[in-house]
Amino acid sequence: MNRNWLALSTFVAMMVSIYLIFMYAPTEATMGDVQRIFYIHVSLAWTSFLAIFIVFIYSIRFLASRDRQLDIKAFCAAEVGAVFSTTVLISGPIWAKPVWGIWWTWDARLTSAFLLWLIYMGYLVLRRLIESPEQRARLSAVFGILGAVDAPIVYMSNRWWRTQHPAPVMGGGESSGLDPQMRLTLYVTFAACVLLFFYLWKLRCELERTQEVVESLQRAPQFKEVS
Amino acid sequence: MSFLFAAYTIIWIFFFAYLLSIARRQKKIQDDLAEIQEWMDRQKK
Repeated sequence: MNRNWLALSTFVAMMVSIYLIFMYAPTEATMGDVQRIFYIHVSLAWTSFLAIFIVFIYSIRFLASRDRQLDIKAFCAAEVGAVFSTTVLISGPIWAKPVWGIWWTWDARLTSAFLLWLIYMGYLVLRRLIESPEQRARLSAVFGILGAVDAPIVYMSNRWWRTQHPAPVMGGGESSGLDPQMRLTLYVTFAACVLLFFYLWKLRCELERTQEVVESLQRAPQFKEVS
Repeated sequence: MSFLFAAYTIIWIFFFAYLLSIARRQKKIQDDLAEIQEWMDRQKK
């Protein structure tokens, strides 16, 4: 999809999701208005899983083909995924404080989500530390593949272990489920977050490719001599 | 209500800050490209 169309679709989806979150979705009986953080918090978390899955896929493809473009796609997905993962860790405690009375607890869900954030950060730091482009691409691909293992653990953690974090409201068995209006709001917000992810990813990939070309031109001996 | 407001405000500020950082990097690349273009023009002369 053309970048401008993607930007426009993201903007429209975001506006619709804001309307649904604040005007359409009913107020939850126990938590009240603060429960509306749920829609963005869960959507950001799902999108951060999508991002690490993309890092995983492109890292495998890079190791199989050694195509530099695939490494760029994996790296840019990791950078944008890190932004989403950070916002999950910001929105979670803001929701937890009024509902649980505490900002944070080291239960399985929160700890594995924090670990996912550390994996994203580790990936980005690793790329800054290694000078050689080939070695950097190879090692970060391995790190990306190993790091992606954490995403299913985060997703399943409140199914496998007893956690302070609420039990799953979607796909969590017979006792789980959402009001249809709440479900629609969640799906639209998730779609808006996915569009935002793809927009930022596309933007970041284009920037990275241009940067590589500029840097290779600047490394050319003729340019160095004169400038 | 203040927690709800804080959550959405911080998230949007964070995404705008990231967009701004991309725009700044893009500006730096454009400046570098302009410098290369200038150098190429000088070489032609």
